[in-house]
Amino acid sequence: MNVLVCIKQVPDMESKFKISNDKQWYEQSDLTFKINEYDEYAVEEAVRLKEKLANTEITVLSIGPERTKEAIRKALAIGADKGVHVLDNEPQKKDSFQIASIIANYAKDKSFDIIFLGMQSQDRGSAAVGPIVSELLGYNCVTTIVSFEYVDGKVNVKRELEGGIKAKVSAKTPIVLTCQLGLNTVRYPTLPNIMKAKKKELNTINVSELLNEEPRVINLEVFVPEKKKGSIVLEGKVDEMADQLINILKEKTQVLR
Amino acid sequence: MKALLIGEYKNGHIDESFYELVGFSKKIGSETVGFVVAPLDSKLEYDGKVYIADINKAKDYNPKVHKDLIINVVEKENPDIIVFSHSSYGWDLAPRLSVALNAALISEIIDAIDDNYIVPFCNAKLRRRVKANSQKVVLTLQSGAFATFKSGNAQIESVNEINQDDRLQFEGYEVAEKTGVDLTKAEVIVSAGRGVGKKENIEVVKNLAKALKGELGASRPVVDAGWLDESYQVGTTGQTVSPKLYVACGISGAIQHLAGMKKSNFIVAINKDKDAPIGEAADVFVVADLMEFVPVLTSKLTK
Ligand SMILES: Cc1cc2nc3c(=O)[nH]c(=O)nc-3n(C[C@H](O)[C@H](O)[C@H](O)COP(=O)(O)OP(=O)(O)OC[C@H]3O[C@@H](n4cnc5c(N)ncnc54)[C@H](O)[C@@H]3O)c2cc1C
Ligand SMILES: Nc1ncnc2c1ncn2[C@@H]1O[C@H](COP(=O)(O)O)[C@@H](O)[C@H]1O
Repeated sequence: MNVLVCIKQVPDMESKFKISNDKQWYEQSDLTFKINEYDEYAVEEAVRLKEKLANTEITVLSIGPERTKEAIRKALAIGADKGVHVLDNEPQKKDSFQIASIIANYAKDKSFDIIFLGMQSQDRGSAAVGPIVSELLGYNCVTTIVSFEYVDGKVNVKRELEGGIKAKVSAKTPIVLTCQLGLNTVRYPTLPNIMKAKKKELNTINVSELLNEEPRVINLEVFVPEKKKGSIVLEGKVDEMADQLINILKEKTQVLR
Repeated sequence: MKALLIGEYKNGHIDESFYELVGFSKKIGSETVGFVVAPLDSKLEYDGKVYIADINKAKDYNPKVHKDLIINVVEKENPDIIVFSHSSYGWDLAPRLSVALNAALISEIIDAIDDNYIVPFCNAKLRRRVKANSQKVVLTLQSGAFATFKSGNAQIESVNEINQDDRLQFEGYEVAEKTGVDLTKAEVIVSAGRGVGKKENIEVVKNLAKALKGELGASRPVVDAGWLDESYQVGTTGQTVSPKLYVACGISGAIQHLAGMKKSNFIVAINKDKDAPIGEAADVFVVADLMEFVPVLTSKLTK
């Protein structure tokens, strides 16, 4: 089984974001980056498949600047076999269609059986790259999976709908799957596996070799949303804030008297 | 400008989100035409034409079947924009359609000013204003972002020619059984988010819920981690609640969580990150480590 996992390196969402000078993105210095949460589930699911199925090879691909290699190394430490770093110093200028076409161009002559992606990226969150890749490659595709099983050339998945309902779907490979929260619990890489990952193959390809599409969506501006009108922010000593909050609740709600 | 609005048939009726698509089109001043896969005798409170593809023939959702049906309508109507809800249906189908139409795709729109669209960014901590660079544009709208608009009765144009596809097989639905508390009836809900850190700390939040005579709720990661069961989950894939008081402890305020609780009368957020997007919904934002603040608050309330 030949498996591709696409991961994105994103800032830690608890970071303090500053808007970049050109107002086009966030300031990238001073941020900690990690693997997009949804993509960690994708890596883990691929590794679980490999543990069950002999002769499975997992390639991890990520598009981004030099630092992206750290994310790829982590995926290799979780259990992927080799990494592909598509070096792109301005991934923020690409739209989801371009990102998908880079992935599809890389994948088109490699006969992957399964391509795992995250359901969405935490920064851009278009939830679009997976299904676009599938259309470009002519692969089957199921989005937002919360359960996965592979039996004899067929994939059985559960796709999450709204309000606690799941649709059970089965399909033949080749297939693109996008992973949702709760699909699995991601393991922590062990020290020996972190060491081993350093020796695994990691190739770099320049993005210009894989991209020949123009953006279809143009970024005009990034800005900070406003807090709720009339909202109160309490800061300071815990004891005083608790008293203040109780007073506010007494005044503005009927739940305390 | 002409918009093709893609409705959804869910749980036995045309989903209300269709009327948000109509409201959106009013806001941007666009002409509209509708499409939905549903029973042919469906009624819509909509002043215009709606193509209905017979759900008895199309059966359960298959992306290829739905995509081809929409492409046919696009050929007939030549819309400039094709609009979906950002739901499991919309985010699955819209990107596929955008490829077929060589169209830009803009997902999860929360506001529109002429041809500029506002979308959430970085887990909703920031916003982006974007614009399409293609003739046709496919859009998905965040649910609840646009006011619904209803009027009149739709003129139905039935679509009976439906090609099948067997590349994906639908094997049935799985419905979570309703257990535990019914949060929709609670007057006070105190919810625990990933910020509680570990399972044992849920107790701290639970004690606050007790002190306020309310119920305990949770964000999704708390449920996914197995700290609480599914029945506690608030949000798009959990319960939608509107208590008199909602207290969010260590919850960032992702769109899917907000969608489940933003109609609460009064919202208190306890979060150590002052910029957490829950600030957009909170009436009171307490900037604090919940493990320090919540026990103090609880003891003052129980005194
Ligand atoms: C299709 C789909 C459906 C979804 N459905 C739902 C749903 O129904 N419900 C839902 O909740 N989510 C849902 N999600 C997930 C959602 O996008 C978020 O990932 C989730 O809501 C985040 O939960 P959280 O706020 O608890 O965790 P995080 O986003 O990790 O936030 C934790 C917060 O805790 C704060 N914090 C950390 N430590 C402390 C401390 N000691 N004291 C105080 N604050 C602290 C941090 O500053 C942060 O703001 C869905 C996602 C998708 C894609
Ligand atoms: N720069 C990238 N490099 C590799 N994979 C990516 C990249 N951006 C997005 N993806 C994949 O596409 C998924 C969906 O992203 P998005 O459409 O941006 O929400 C992510 O979860 C990743 O699996």
